[in-house]
Amino acid sequence: MRVRALTIRILRQFFRDKRTMAMMIVAPILILTMLNLVFNGKDYHPKIGLVKVPELIINQLDFKDAKITKYENSKLANEDLKDRKLDGYLLFDKQVPGITLEGSDPSKNKAVMTAVQKAFKPLMQKGNQGDFKVHYLHGSDSMTQFDYFGPVLLGYFAFFFVFLIAGVSFLRERTSGTLERLLSSPLRRWEIVAGYVLGFGVFTMIQAAIITWYSIYVLDMMMKGSFLLVLLINLLLSLSALTLGILLSAFANNEMQMIQFIPLVIVPQIFFSGLFDLDTISDWLSWIGPLTPLYYGANALREVMVRGYGWSHIYIDLLVLLALSVLFMVLNVAALKKYRNI
Amino acid sequence: MNNPVITIKNVSKSFGKNQVLENISLEIHSGEIFGFLGPSGAGKTTLVKELVGLDTPTKGENFVLGGKMPSLGLMERVGYMSQADALYGELSAKENLEFFAALYGLKGPNRKKRMEMVMEMVQLSDDLNKLVSNYSGGMKRRLSLAAALLHEPELLILDEPTVGIDPVLRKSIWDGFYDLKKKGTTIIVTTHVMDEAEKCDRLGMVRNGKLIAVGSPEELKENTNSGTIEDAFLVYGGA
Repeated sequence: MRVRALTIRILRQFFRDKRTMAMMIVAPILILTMLNLVFNGKDYHPKIGLVKVPELIINQLDFKDAKITKYENSKLANEDLKDRKLDGYLLFDKQVPGITLEGSDPSKNKAVMTAVQKAFKPLMQKGNQGDFKVHYLHGSDSMTQFDYFGPVLLGYFAFFFVFLIAGVSFLRERTSGTLERLLSSPLRRWEIVAGYVLGFGVFTMIQAAIITWYSIYVLDMMMKGSFLLVLLINLLLSLSALTLGILLSAFANNEMQMIQFIPLVIVPQIFFSGLFDLDTISDWLSWIGPLTPLYYGANALREVMVRGYGWSHIYIDLLVLLALSVLFMVLNVAALKKYRNI
Repeated sequence: MNNPVITIKNVSKSFGKNQVLENISLEIHSGEIFGFLGPSGAGKTTLVKELVGLDTPTKGENFVLGGKMPSLGLMERVGYMSQADALYGELSAKENLEFFAALYGLKGPNRKKRMEMVMEMVQLSDDLNKLVSNYSGGMKRRLSLAAALLHEPELLILDEPTVGIDPVLRKSIWDGFYDLKKKGTTIIVTTHVMDEAEKCDRLGMVRNGKLIAVGSPEELKENTNSGTIEDAFLVYGGA
């Protein structure tokens, strides 16, 4: 009897909390849909440049699944490679064809190599196929998938935990009545937000330093650029997670509802921030990426860690992260108005 | 004695269709202990929250310490203790007090002195370094009170200050209130305990969002020919 009473009570609570109920059904559907879209995306068509390849050979080559651009000299092709307009280019030098790859994404390297080998198949029926000299702009043939994913995961987990912890602790401030106590003092609303940003800022700085250090020196994650820049990126990314977490906690009534934000806010970011190739995601979903902080953080981390670039390549990403954080902070100050008018 | 510290002018408050306060007008004078008496849900908390500046009336105005609420400048001169013990369980009592003292700009030797004084008053001096999560309910209540007293506010607003505190301690806390009153502090308490109401200089009886009677406990009993505050409440409540 007591078990039955308990069961009925829990069911009743469930039906009262419409959002939790909807979340139980909607969230799995949402995630499954995303996974479906991500994994059943289009095949990747590598972008290949042909430099000084004689017309005679071009006519015999059969690039079915690649986008081909012709170049007069390797300098132009190299520039497009750096801008990631090309995944690799083919250069005919003294009859020995050489391939230069952008190199930072192992799966794209593979796509280029496969396309090139397929294209050369009719030409090389007798000889061994695929005897190319391969050069890498970034990375190397020993680069693993993890080296490419690593920077994104690094940013992702920093983001995830800061978001959750900051959100829940601000929520507890509200539910325990201490927020009301704070607001009954002459403390200004922006001071509360600033206090949280600074308090967590210190904490996230330590967190970022430890995670970054561990990833690079213990997990041996690829690291071509400056450690300090990686720290800076992680710090700004955490700042956006912190401010977003606090902001969203205003729309949760308890810890459970805070956790429900994970499938809505955290999980989608992993799909649309570069862990999976953004080029193969359906066009009608690709607009999600640029709305998420992780999109910028992951890009900057990859620029520094995999490609070894410096400030000039990442400052726009950092500015966007900062702008998002400021936006969230302003919204936070406004949201606190709900609890005190001035 | 006669300059009002608080003037409540035709204040009404509703949350959506639910009317919580209905046309309340009242003056509270300097140096008095004024009690809002009424059952839970009567609107006491909403009313004192408006006086603290945490809420605003839908209609009417509240004037506190000569200015219109809410105002950050005035909030600095008010001490507030809410119904919930707004304390950080992960911190020690000392750390909690240090935090709240800092919110009001107390520092240095003065802060230390004030912390010792308020902890003395609520008889928690020996538990200063304990974690608040290890405090009993009554101890938390007393620490909340201590936090409200820290910055020597001219006006003290206490929402159910002695819930869960044993009678001996309750008496000593009320002795503390009388001491503060002597120093000129105005104290507003809310309570649903009738015998505690007797200790106030004047009472406002609140029921269903209406102020049904105001006067000293003696006046209220006399006017209704009742022996106890409880009976007086019943008469004013229309029973």
